[in-house]
Amino acid sequence: MAEPLVKVEDLKQYFPIRNGLKVNWLKAVDGVSFEINASETLGLVGESGCGKTTVGRSMLRLYEPTGGKVTFDGTEITKSNIQQMRKEMQMVFQDPYSSLDPRMTVEDIIGEPLDVHHLYANKAERHEKVLDLMDQVGLKADHAARYAHEFSGGQRQRIGIARALAVNPGFIVCDEPVSALDVSIQAQVINMFEELQNKLGVAYLFIAHDLLVVRHISKRIAVMYLGRIVEVADADELCDEPQHPYSQSLLSAVPIPDPKIARERKRIVLEGDVPSPLHMPSGCPFRTRCRYATEKCALERPELTDRGGDHFVACWNK
Amino acid sequence: MSETILSVQNLHTTFTTNAGTVTAVNGVSFNLDKGEILGIVGESGSGKSVTAYSIMQILAENGRISEGKIFYKGEDLTTWDESRMRSFRGKCCSIIFQDPMTSLNPVYTAGSQIVEAIELHTDKRGDAAKKRALEMLDLVGINEPERRFKQYPFELSGGMRQRIMIAMALACEPDILIADEPTTALDVTIQAQILEEIQNLQKKMGMSVIMVTHDLGVIASLCDNIIVMYGGSICERGTADEIFYNPRHEYTKGLLRSIPSINNMKKKLVPIAGSPVNMLNLPAGCAFCTRCDEAMKICLTDKPEEIQINENHLASCWMNVKEGLTNG
Repeated sequence: MAEPLVKVEDLKQYFPIRNGLKVNWLKAVDGVSFEINASETLGLVGESGCGKTTVGRSMLRLYEPTGGKVTFDGTEITKSNIQQMRKEMQMVFQDPYSSLDPRMTVEDIIGEPLDVHHLYANKAERHEKVLDLMDQVGLKADHAARYAHEFSGGQRQRIGIARALAVNPGFIVCDEPVSALDVSIQAQVINMFEELQNKLGVAYLFIAHDLLVVRHISKRIAVMYLGRIVEVADADELCDEPQHPYSQSLLSAVPIPDPKIARERKRIVLEGDVPSPLHMPSGCPFRTRCRYATEKCALERPELTDRGGDHFVACWNK
Repeated sequence: MSETILSVQNLHTTFTTNAGTVTAVNGVSFNLDKGEILGIVGESGSGKSVTAYSIMQILAENGRISEGKIFYKGEDLTTWDESRMRSFRGKCCSIIFQDPMTSLNPVYTAGSQIVEAIELHTDKRGDAAKKRALEMLDLVGINEPERRFKQYPFELSGGMRQRIMIAMALACEPDILIADEPTTALDVTIQAQILEEIQNLQKKMGMSVIMVTHDLGVIASLCDNIIVMYGGSICERGTADEIFYNPRHEYTKGLLRSIPSINNMKKKLVPIAGSPVNMLNLPAGCAFCTRCDEAMKICLTDKPEEIQINENHLASCWMNVKEGLTNG
């Protein structure tokens, strides 16, 4: 079995919440481990506030992680080598409106990573590389001199993707890259992600809340709840036979664009809201909303265990 | 025979902007029956929200209804003055907005905002109004209504705030509820709760609902009838089953092909080429013609008329004429 390209071990990200002299720790990510193989897509789903975006950002050290280890291709990522490592690991952000500098031309936005990593010999080569990247994401060459505000949401997301591809990375964190786009445009961008993967062999961590989109694009899916991964499995297996009670209710809540299926389906409606990560329940974080919760769930935290066929679940009762 | 409660006829809504006059809604007509859940689906800029705002007459200052009529129980709303419209809003027809974070007043408690609506539109005052507000909080599934009543919006989660909005909208038992993307800002689990709530309340109170959304999944699980809008016009309408299983407009077909669904999970998605139409510069013919794979000469020059596909289904696409369908 080949070594995974990206390995995340027990990643922790706590944020201090200061209240006068007292400091509370918000445990946004609390011990997350997973692996991603070369040219594979791992989907990461969960409700807002579950820490999925933070996982992506801590991996790239946009936040300094509180604990845990991230390795890329055998090299551990540390504070000192992150600049070089960002040549291998890039990010596409959620909001195509605020992630592009409004005062830079498209050519400079896409060319900036090339500048940072000294990836060209002269200006002509830079220009050529930028045009090549623009071509890959389906932008026209005469767009190079324009500014971000002149583009629609879908086109801006293409600019963001071209920027991420500029350094020829092996791995891209895609943080809700299509949620801000219209349905008809979403499909264009999703297809582009798939084509680029086939062509360049890049691996994705695809973070999104739209489960149908995630299932479509991912090979495996990880489900997060309150800073922890509760289930990881093959995309189809997880969607067809979810094991963890949270995954089950999450999947049953996904609106399916098919009236007949939608009418017959029974939703598992969860009681109440997600607890605040400042006052995490003891034991299993999901137990306060779980139908199967027992005493054990309040005392001990379940770890992810293999249920056969690379299907990992963190639950005492399933 | 079901009773028509709201009838929109040939509605045109225009906005005056620096770049010129934009016709955001371009000749929209539909009827809403008592107890019906009608879905209006479309992309951003298709005119679906403006249609809803036109019914309530809560358009921005540069917008106005330039043509058409809106009949509520036989009376034309477009002729009503502002004070009459105020009595219509909230009492006869309520609206829930997309963003529960910004639609509540941050300096009043959740309870007082519901009481305000009740005192404005019914003859309940003081304790009676408060009692009604607490009933409503309970009805929309809020735990500990007494405590939530006294809380400010910032103390409540997104799902809870949207429930407050619904409680406020339904407190005066309106005949019509307009829900403008009510769950777009919420997580799927909370979305499921809210949709279930709207469905239950609709059954309990027998009101009519207009559900405005871009999410085909939401529409499929909730609506009896669906209107598909593109570029300010209705391109197709029919029962949910007809729209999903027998789409007869190229835009609807494209929309259904471009979303991942259970049946085409591992197939490649087929996106609609190009980007949504620029409302300042609508084509002379069909609004969708610039993005349509099947576009013919006539599509570029002539606006297609609405053609009856069957008794539950109408579509405005020249393809149907080509296939030999005509009206009458």
